[in-house]
Amino acid sequence: MTTVARGGAPAAGSEWRLFLQERISALVVAPSFALILLFVYGFILWTIYMSFTGSTLLPSYELVGIEPYKAMVGSSRFSVAFTNLMVFGALFILIAMALGSALAVLLDQRIRIEGALRTIYLYPMAISFIVTGVAWKWILNPGIGIQKFMQDLGFAGFEFDWIVDRDMAVYTLVIAAVWQASGFVMAMVLAALRGVDQEIVKAAQLDGASLPRIYASIMLPSIRPVFVSAFVILMHLAVKSFDLVVALTGGGPGFQSTLPANFMYEMTFRRNQIAVGSASAVFMLAIVLAIIVPYLYSELRQQKR
Amino acid sequence: MQSVRKSVLSLVVLAGSLAGGQSFAQQPTVEVLHYWTSGGESKAVAELKAEFEAAGGKWIDSPVAGGGGDAQATVLRSRVLAGDPPAAVQIKGPNISDWAKEGALADLSSVGAAEGWDKLLPPLLQGIVKFDGKYVAVPVNIHRVDWVWANPEVLKAAGVDGVPTTWEGMFEAAEKIKATGKIPFAHGGQPWQDATVFEAIVLGVGGAEFYNKALGELDEKALTSDTMKKAFAYFRKFRSYVDPAFPGRDWNLATAMVMNGQAGMQIMGDWAKGEFAAAGKVGDKDYICAPTPSKTGYILNSDSFAMFKVKGPDQVAGQALLAKLILGEKFQETFNLYKGSIPARIGVKRDKFDFCALKSMDDLKTASAAGTLVGSVAHEILQAGAVRGAFLDVVTEFFNSDMPVDEAVETLAEEMIAAKG
Repeated sequence: MTTVARGGAPAAGSEWRLFLQERISALVVAPSFALILLFVYGFILWTIYMSFTGSTLLPSYELVGIEPYKAMVGSSRFSVAFTNLMVFGALFILIAMALGSALAVLLDQRIRIEGALRTIYLYPMAISFIVTGVAWKWILNPGIGIQKFMQDLGFAGFEFDWIVDRDMAVYTLVIAAVWQASGFVMAMVLAALRGVDQEIVKAAQLDGASLPRIYASIMLPSIRPVFVSAFVILMHLAVKSFDLVVALTGGGPGFQSTLPANFMYEMTFRRNQIAVGSASAVFMLAIVLAIIVPYLYSELRQQKR
Repeated sequence: MQSVRKSVLSLVVLAGSLAGGQSFAQQPTVEVLHYWTSGGESKAVAELKAEFEAAGGKWIDSPVAGGGGDAQATVLRSRVLAGDPPAAVQIKGPNISDWAKEGALADLSSVGAAEGWDKLLPPLLQGIVKFDGKYVAVPVNIHRVDWVWANPEVLKAAGVDGVPTTWEGMFEAAEKIKATGKIPFAHGGQPWQDATVFEAIVLGVGGAEFYNKALGELDEKALTSDTMKKAFAYFRKFRSYVDPAFPGRDWNLATAMVMNGQAGMQIMGDWAKGEFAAAGKVGDKDYICAPTPSKTGYILNSDSFAMFKVKGPDQVAGQALLAKLILGEKFQETFNLYKGSIPARIGVKRDKFDFCALKSMDDLKTASAAGTLVGSVAHEILQAGAVRGAFLDVVTEFFNSDMPVDEAVETLAEEMIAAKG
C-alpha cells in the first residue's frame, strides 16, 4: 500500500521489495515469536504434563493422575514454603509500595541534588539478588553484623537475631527485598507524579488545599495505573524469589525460610522428583495467573473504552 | 570470489583431515563429567588426566561447577536424554543403581575381573558400584564422616583429656569447655551438617546393626524405637553446646573456629583436614582427629565414577582404560593425598599419608572385619534422592525447633518411608 502511495518508478526487483516492505515487521518478529512459543509456552505445557506423570530421575510419560500434587500438598516442606510466600509476598509488596511512594513524594518537592538522591535509591535495583542476599546475610548475622556492632557500642542487651530465629527468618527476606525494590517503586511513582497536570495542582492550591491534601486527594489517586503496574511487577518478583533465599538464609534455619521456588528446585534437581517439582511449578504459575489475568482483563477493557 | 572459494576449500580439507584423524587413530577417548572444580579437587582431577594421557588416551574434560553436583546432574540428564552421555560421570551412592535401573550404565565386569576388584574393594563399596552383580562404576576414594576435630589447647585448658569415647563423656567434656567460656562444639547449621552429626550419634547410640536397620532398611519399629528417641535426645543435648550464631554457617568456618581456639570440637568428615593443612597445621599435634564415639563404627562416604553406555570402540576402550587407572595403586595414592581422603582399595603404599589418614585406614579395616562399617545418609551413600531429603528435613527441623522427641521419631519414620514410596 505504501509503495503505491509513494508512487516511485517501477524498477527491477520492485516486487520483492514490495513484499519485504509489507512483511518486514512480521519477518523480524517471527524468529523470536517462534522461540517464545516453544521455549516459554511449549515448556509450560510440557511442565503441566510432567506434573501428572510419575517422573522421578528422568521424565516419564505415563500419566498417574494427581498423585504428584498429593505428594506436594502432603509435604511439610511445601506448607512451610507456601505460608512463607503469603507472608513474604504480602509484606514485601505492601512495604515496598508504601516506602517507595513516600520516597517519591518527598523527592517530588523540587529539592536540591534530586538526581543524585534518585540514583542512590534506585541503585539497589541494579544489584543482583545474590549480592543483596550475601550483604544482608552479613549485616544480619548476630555474630558479625548489626547486633555485634550495637553491643560493641555499649548496648550489651541489644538483640537482633532474626536470621537465626526460625520464626523470624522469613522477615529478614522482607527486609532485604524491600531494600532492593522500594527504590524502583519510587522511580515509577516519581515519574508518574511528574506527569500529573500541574494546572490541577495549581487550581487546588488556589482553593487553599494543603500539600498533604493535594497528594492524598489529587496526585496519588490520579496515578493509580502506576500502582497497579508496580504491584504486578513486585508480585511476580515475590513469587519467583529464589536467589534471595539461597544467598540470604540458605532456606534456614532448617527449611523455615524457603519459598515455593526453592521447593521446586529441591524436588526437581536434588531429590529426583521431577513430577512433584513440576507440580509446584504449575502451582506457582497458577498463583501468578490468578493475579495477572484480572489485571490484563481490566487493562484491555480500559483500552477498548 | 577466488579467495573465498579458496578459503572454503581449505576449510573442507581441514575438516576432512580432522575427521580422518579421529576415525583412523582409534585413540582411547573418554569424556569425564565431574564437579571437582575447587583447589585440591581440581589438582586431583588433573592428576588423573595426566595419567590417562600418559597411557595414550585422549581426555575430554567437562567440569560443571557449583551446587555440590546439582548443576552437573542437570547436564547429565539432558545428555542422557539426548542419547549422547559422557563416558564417565561423577555420581555416588544409590544414584548409581538409579541410573543403572534406567539401563544407562555400561558393564565393566571384564575390567573388574582382570584387575581382581572383588578382592581389592571393601564389600560395602562393592555393593554400591555393582548393579545386578556387575560393576557399573568405580570408586575413587573413601571419606570418613564420623570424625571429631578438636583443638588440644582448648581441651587442655578445660581439663579434658583427649576426645571422649562415649557420648555421655562428650557431653561432660562439653560442659567443662563451656565453663571456660569457649564454645564446646563448632557447628554449621545447614541441613547436611545437622544430619552429619545426627547420623554419628545414631551410630554411637544404636550401633551399626541398628543404624542399618533403621536408616538403611527403614524398619518402622527401629525408626520409632527407644534407641532412636535416645539419639534424638542426645542430638538436642548437642545443640545446647553450640553457639547461637550457628544457622547457615559453612562447615569450613566452623573448622576455623576450632583452629583459632574459639571452639573446642567439630564433628565433620575428613575434608575438614584440608582446612587445617591449608593453615599449616599438623595432625595429632596442632589438632586432634578422633572418631566420634561408637563401638569401632565407621561411617563411609565415597566418590565414584559411573560409566555410561557409549558408542564407538575408541570411547569403549577409553572407558575401560580409565576404570583400570582409577583403581590403580598409583592414582589411588596421588589422588587421595590431594583430596584428603583414603584409597578406596587395599594395598596402596601408606608412607606418604598423614596421621589421620592412617588412622582412618586402620579403622576402616577393623570396621570392615567387624561388620561395623556403614554408609552415610547425609552424604548419599546409604540413601539418596527423596529418602535422604526426607531424613535431612526431619533432622534439621528437629534441631532447629522444640519438636518433642516422640514426635520426631514418628515424623522421621513417616516421612522416610513415604519418600521411599
